Amino acid sequence: MTRLDPAVRRALARIGFYTFIAAITAFFALPMLWLVSAPFDATPGLTPSWPDFSLKNFRALRDNPYALRSLWNSVLIAGGSAVLAVVCGALAAYSLSRVRIPGRDGLLYVLLLLSSIVTGTAAMVPIFLLMFQLNLIDSRAGVVLVLTGGLLPAAIFILKDFMDATPRSYEESARVFGASPLQILRHIVVPIVRPGLATIAVWAVVNVWGNFLIPFILLLNPDKQPAAVVMRTFYTEGGQPNLALISTFSLAYSVPVVVMYLFVNRRYGFRFHGGIKS
Amino acid sequence: MADLTLTGLSKVYPGGVRAVDDLDLSVVDGEFFALLGPSGCGKTTLLRTIAGLETPTTGRLSIGDRDVTGLSPGRRDVAMVFQDYALFPHMTVQDNIAYPLRIRGVGRAQRHDQAAQTAAGLSLSTLLERRPAELSGGQQQRAALARAIVSRPALFLFDEPLSNLDARLRLEARTFLKRLQRDLGVTTVFVTHDQAEALALADRIAVMEAGRIRQLGTPKQVFHRPANLFVASFIGSTPMNLLPGTVAGESVRIPGGAVRIPAAARGLVTDGDEVVFGVRPEYLTLSGEPAGGAIAGTVAIVEDLGTASLVSVEVGDVTVAVTVPEGAEPDIGADGWLTPAPGRALLYRAGAGDLIAAPAADAPAEPAAAP
Repeated sequence: MTRLDPAVRRALARIGFYTFIAAITAFFALPMLWLVSAPFDATPGLTPSWPDFSLKNFRALRDNPYALRSLWNSVLIAGGSAVLAVVCGALAAYSLSRVRIPGRDGLLYVLLLLSSIVTGTAAMVPIFLLMFQLNLIDSRAGVVLVLTGGLLPAAIFILKDFMDATPRSYEESARVFGASPLQILRHIVVPIVRPGLATIAVWAVVNVWGNFLIPFILLLNPDKQPAAVVMRTFYTEGGQPNLALISTFSLAYSVPVVVMYLFVNRRYGFRFHGGIKS
Repeated sequence: MADLTLTGLSKVYPGGVRAVDDLDLSVVDGEFFALLGPSGCGKTTLLRTIAGLETPTTGRLSIGDRDVTGLSPGRRDVAMVFQDYALFPHMTVQDNIAYPLRIRGVGRAQRHDQAAQTAAGLSLSTLLERRPAELSGGQQQRAALARAIVSRPALFLFDEPLSNLDARLRLEARTFLKRLQRDLGVTTVFVTHDQAEALALADRIAVMEAGRIRQLGTPKQVFHRPANLFVASFIGSTPMNLLPGTVAGESVRIPGGAVRIPAAARGLVTDGDEVVFGVRPEYLTLSGEPAGGAIAGTVAIVEDLGTASLVSVEVGDVTVAVTVPEGAEPDIGADGWLTPAPGRALLYRAGAGDLIAAPAADAPAEPAAAP
């Protein structure tokens, strides 16, 4: 066997490499393609195919009594949790960053460690009992509270980093001019850590938007269930998945998150103006 | 406009560090006052205590005829310029300057008006819409000053006002700052570790060490008659020569010879006293010829300073620095004789480090009159 010319070998290696990349890309792109093509296909199937263009599937979405309402529920629950997590997280992170209390770092690490358990499978039964005793079963507010509790430790942990990175001299400067603590928070701290707050808000929305377990357990009335829970009920009378509805619903379910991400990134994207000479 | 009085002020941090130790001080109305000292001497803590950012452990603090010891910073009628300027990064220069007025509830149009006026006085008019990050160091400093001025405080506090500027700009800013303070006539306390800055700017200087004031006086007093060895070695761009010696009759015996006892100390020392003879390099003359009362040595190093040269002369096993005018530089290795200028040499007690001089000559510093 003759040895290959190195140039040929290099070319073959390139071809092999790109083929491999293409295969991987296709693997991940197929579901995306389905998500984009199926809603517009007159006869949606489980495989991506060139759509026989039609908008009739969206009628199914509009006519389903739960579909649009569940999306609104998702917006309520995700928005509520994000606002609560950002507000409470920012206040807690600011205090933890500025006030020295013994065992502060230990507290933060323990909280962070436990946070994955709090809203996870392990805590399902106690959380259900807790909400039952608080009379918060089948209440969207209850879901918001539980989800916020799960988000807060990580939110505090991340926001504290942003707070720590904000020089104190900004606040001291404002204090000497007579600003009250709330004014300092509103005029100085919040605008400066805004990229951090935006990050936490987006992260919270994305987390809650896709959460199935907690709302599934705590909400009984389908009128109150968010999109992630309701989707599992979309079957035809024959017991077949209602692909017309599922495909359009999936698209409607994904678009808000993407739009929110683009909006937040544009408006509050990562930037820091500087202003402390170092 | 007001004077500032500190009575028995102490600041002890948890852990027992006495940053400020039982300090009495009064700054008169309109004075430009420097707190000078090495890092860790408590000068910044003292400034922050005056601002109200730190609470004194004991003692009283009054501005004008108001006791402000227990008041929050915002109610003391002071304005502070921080070392890093602390301009709010998310606000324009105009909003930054107007911020103190915003806190006081002045309407937007009026405060922007006032900010623009103040900015014009500091040649910032063309920069009002910029953000702090878009300004040079000097412009940032002027913006921070404008923000302090706009609230018309009774007292200015500057923390290391020039240390964030590069060397050339620093001189320019120093002159600017001195003129500004003179024009405004507002009592000003500033902190610096740079003795040249303190000498150039201040009407009076408090030299601090370990939470205490080691000397209080005008720049001339502090420079010409340092009250102790600490101040003597701290003040002066070229450090003062401090030569340990022993009193013997009319002279002080030092390692490389003997010098006459300075006039001010005559009659205050007795034979055998351990003393330190101090003379600044600027007040020594170097000659190639032996002279009476001169210190003999060998030229070791010559450093060119531009208009003068700094010459290190080895006298016995100590090195004495002397400045010589340009063109008069000696050769390395040449013999040289050093003569102190009359009335410029000082004598300190070894150990305690106090200046030996008749008390009359060391009268307490008169506060400078308000301009």
